[in-house]
Amino acid sequence: MTSTVDTATDASRSTPPSGLIAVARAPGWVRYALLAVGLAVAAWLPNGLYPAVAVDILCWALFAVAVDLLLGFTGLMSFGHAAFWGTSAYVTGLVAIHAGLPFPLAVLAGALAAAVLAVPIGYLAVKRTGIYFAMVTLAFAQMVYYVANEWRSVTQGENGLQGVPRSFFGLDLTDDYFFYYAILPIVLLGLAAAWRIVHSPFGRVLVGIRDNPARARALGYPVHRYKLTAFVLSGFIAGLGGGLFAVGHRFVSLDVLHWTTSGKAVIVVVLGGIGTLWGGVLGAGIVVRLEDWLSFSGFEAIGLVTGGIFVLVVVLFRRGIWGSVAALAHRLAARRR
Amino acid sequence: MSGFAQNTFNGLVSGAFYALLALGLAVIFGMLRVVNFAHGAFYMLGAFGAYVLLTEAGVPFWAALVIMPVGLGLLGMALERAVIHRLTRLDPLYNFLLTFGLTLILQDLVKLRYGVQSSPYETPSLLSGSVNFGLFDFPTYRVFILGFAVLLCVAVWWVLTRTRIGMVVRASTERPDLTRAFGIDVGRWVTPVFGFGIGLAGLAGVLAAPMRAVNPLMGADLIIVVFAVVVIGGLGSIFGSVAAGFGIGLVQAWGEAYLSAFPIVSQTIVFVVMAGVLLWRPAGLFGREEAPA
Repeated sequence: MTSTVDTATDASRSTPPSGLIAVARAPGWVRYALLAVGLAVAAWLPNGLYPAVAVDILCWALFAVAVDLLLGFTGLMSFGHAAFWGTSAYVTGLVAIHAGLPFPLAVLAGALAAAVLAVPIGYLAVKRTGIYFAMVTLAFAQMVYYVANEWRSVTQGENGLQGVPRSFFGLDLTDDYFFYYAILPIVLLGLAAAWRIVHSPFGRVLVGIRDNPARARALGYPVHRYKLTAFVLSGFIAGLGGGLFAVGHRFVSLDVLHWTTSGKAVIVVVLGGIGTLWGGVLGAGIVVRLEDWLSFSGFEAIGLVTGGIFVLVVVLFRRGIWGSVAALAHRLAARRR
Repeated sequence: MSGFAQNTFNGLVSGAFYALLALGLAVIFGMLRVVNFAHGAFYMLGAFGAYVLLTEAGVPFWAALVIMPVGLGLLGMALERAVIHRLTRLDPLYNFLLTFGLTLILQDLVKLRYGVQSSPYETPSLLSGSVNFGLFDFPTYRVFILGFAVLLCVAVWWVLTRTRIGMVVRASTERPDLTRAFGIDVGRWVTPVFGFGIGLAGLAGVLAAPMRAVNPLMGADLIIVVFAVVVIGGLGSIFGSVAAGFGIGLVQAWGEAYLSAFPIVSQTIVFVVMAGVLLWRPAGLFGREEAPA
């Protein structure tokens, strides 16, 4: 079943994202300092922002890292990750409403459902690469959207799922401030899992596949299976984010499955820096905060701004924030030597 | 029997829109290696432009049918020069993202000015009424669309295969370096070809105006179906894209008619077909196994 579709080398691709490599080379104390700063910001966030916005940022951070796992570390641009984010949101919502489980279990169920959905979609999508992969994932996500739209008895169609509870062993989490701290450990766990995947032998093989699929295959790695595994793991992490998003909003609408959601996830990653993992977290913070500010100020055409960011980032700022900073730091370090 | 003919006809008409859009995508992809996400937005602009021209300037359908494609084609050329051209040397994913951003911008610009509700566009009087084909009647306008689209596809095919321009374009598409070596300025053709593809999308939009609800979002969902269509046909193959366009139109119409117990079928059947094609012939029905784009 090995087709020749992706045997041609990707040598013509643009240079692989360099952010990760630069960060990995940073001395140990820099990395620990960054980690400490990151954790401190995460712990402080709901004190500086509206807690509801802080919750959204956490969810989107997971989503972005999931997308970057494919885009930055496997060389696959999924333009249909809303399928996993949204499916998990719906499943989480339904489980929380009907089974009354504590929310972490509902989210886990949602993320598992997303991972299960990622198996057939991933199996079909990894048969193509590059731009075709983007189109195929986009198309399948649209199919999921249509199904949810049509399956009103379950999804309530355009009305959305209302009243998703935040039950957690009798604790009162209705205040977004406390809810933020309730989900923070789950989000950190998800981010740590992504980091672990990237820095595992498995992750190194993924990067090898990204840079030269033909050589990876020649070395005996089952390329399709690796890509599929990465796709499913990514679907699971995106599902974690989507499930938390559903509980956070106590409401699931069709928007979670819309193609604009998939696109937003990709731009969040590009803005933060492809292949930098934590860049996506930064990107999520910026985009979510900006959109909240825009809608708060009564600006109607949010797409105008997100679209504008899209265009500007792609034309002028392809390395993204994290990638640029890492490259700069690298250059400074090189000059000192 | 007449029901079957009716469904088949309607399928071919909606297939004509897929085919025109897929044709534009394929031509642009062939020359620039760019998958233009904004293709749906230009289709929408074609329809909206025709509507605005009619309601605000009294410009009739026939004039719009010329003005919009030409105008949008020029806009497309300007766009290619201004931004797209800067990214063609990079991974095609960047241009996909760029045109995605443009889609959001164009959509919201129209939304900001005209709102999201659908606007009606009257069928031109010359094409109102219906044509009788013995057993059944077809709306004249739809017959016109089908005829026009088929004619257009044949014309493009003729230009590409039988004229010197077409030869240059095909050569530049398949072996740009070799073509350059023959002293042909490949770069010269990139911008006009992009404009032409955009013009086709605009034309499809004008054609759609009297038949479909004109609103800012009309192109977005359509373009995703067209992506599935070109994956099925093989984006590298112009013939394949057009054939898949008509084919999917047919399959959708039949599915809608004969599986009406499952309303979801007509919307999702194209994706099911795509899944089947990916299993059976990953490169698309008419595509060649190729280097990753």
